[in-house]
Amino acid sequence: MFRRVNALNKTPFFAQQESLGGRFVPFAGFEMPVQFAGVVDEHRAVRSRCGIFDVSHMGEVVIEGPQAMDAVQMLITNDAGRIQDGQALYTVMCRADGGIVDDLIVYRDSETRFFLVINAACRSDDVEHMRTVMGSFDCAIDDQSDRWCLLALQGPHSAEILSRVTDLTLGDLKPFHFVEGTVGGVESVRVSRTGYTGEDGFELYCPWETGPQLWSALFEAEPELSPCGLGARDTLRLEMKYPLYGNDIDLERNPYEAGLGGTVRLAKSDFVGRDALERVKADGPSQRWIGFRMEGRGIPRSGYPIRVGELSGVVTSGTHSPSLEVPIGVGYVPSSLAAVNQVIAIEIRGKEIPARIVKTPFLERSHR
Amino acid sequence: MSIPKDLRYTKDHEWVRLEDDLVVVGITHHAQDQLGDVVFVELPEAGGGVRAGDTFGTVESVKAVSDLFAPVSGEVAEVNGELPDSPETVNTDPYGSAWMIKIRVADLGEVEGLMDASGYSEFLEG
Repeated sequence: MFRRVNALNKTPFFAQQESLGGRFVPFAGFEMPVQFAGVVDEHRAVRSRCGIFDVSHMGEVVIEGPQAMDAVQMLITNDAGRIQDGQALYTVMCRADGGIVDDLIVYRDSETRFFLVINAACRSDDVEHMRTVMGSFDCAIDDQSDRWCLLALQGPHSAEILSRVTDLTLGDLKPFHFVEGTVGGVESVRVSRTGYTGEDGFELYCPWETGPQLWSALFEAEPELSPCGLGARDTLRLEMKYPLYGNDIDLERNPYEAGLGGTVRLAKSDFVGRDALERVKADGPSQRWIGFRMEGRGIPRSGYPIRVGELSGVVTSGTHSPSLEVPIGVGYVPSSLAAVNQVIAIEIRGKEIPARIVKTPFLERSHR
Repeated sequence: MSIPKDLRYTKDHEWVRLEDDLVVVGITHHAQDQLGDVVFVELPEAGGGVRAGDTFGTVESVKAVSDLFAPVSGEVAEVNGELPDSPETVNTDPYGSAWMIKIRVADLGEVEGLMDASGYSEFLEG
């Protein structure tokens, strides 16, 4: 719990975050802040005002060339044909057996250039998978993860705060759309109306070396801006039931059981995993990823067993919800048990504690 | 970091205070600070026995689970029954109202074997 870390990468915001009282933990090869003022305070700041997250550990891969569109279509389960230039798409990419390699955001810069944002811990596996899948297409696969840093500005006040440091007309920027422009004096910032919190917000991609200037500009514009760590990022995303790769989804899970069937477009052109996913869809997934609230005392955590009579499942993430002030969790149960209001038990340190499957997201999205 | 002079400390970041023949146990300011927002505390029933080093309960913050280890051996004479309903006091008053259990010890010498405030302070800096 208190071990020191060495030989890890630091993002360009390390010094600025350290001076704000950030506590760092090793995460996907980086020293990342887990908290500043405290997880609950940061969580509430994002739900009520605005918080800023350094998520520069995320990976960025550019697919560029005459066949970039066809290559991306082969890679992802969602349909890149549904978006225009300046739009983004949430999707997964699968193996041939339908197992999820990663979840990612695909930005369409043009028909011949796509900007893919992937999970840091998956980076090398993802890039290898991309080379295998897209190698025969006429396009370059350029892992630019070391060149881009990423700040997420999240919360109901984020548009107003961001408008103080840019001339871009943010009012016209819809969710899952992006523009490029100057922010806080930094040129060529990719401004995307996306996030991982359920609040209105923006993700700002800029070249690694210009990051500190962008950070300073945002804090000059709004000195009350709350720096947030991975702890609050986790509680915020969990209240929205957004999956975290490695916890809630992985190679052993397919998008249908994970509740991500909406990102699978079987009717589009061929893609890796389609045959397997067609079969899963036809048969129905044997398990489903559900959300539950504890009814007894205890906090569910990843790996805890779920029990209902002879049947069992597993918790994949859990926490005490700062917004609802009750313990909540997500996990996989047999499909026959996956209905809302089903009573289940979570095994916590050898004791079965009652819980109930509830409608998700746990919290209504506050915007859009 | 607050480390009261009149308490004894363990390497697991628990404090103990002698009250007659009872040893009052809690977790230190440093421990609550490292845990962050405490949202759950589970304590044993009074009446059972504990051995030094055994897990006697659990404390959870939003982000992590930590076991509580008995600093000394003996019988659990009293339990802070209010703490599970107000776990946040572990953050706000770790040396006071967030005491956890009182152990009736067989051997008071076990308390003498624990670190004093300066020893714990050095341990934290170590």
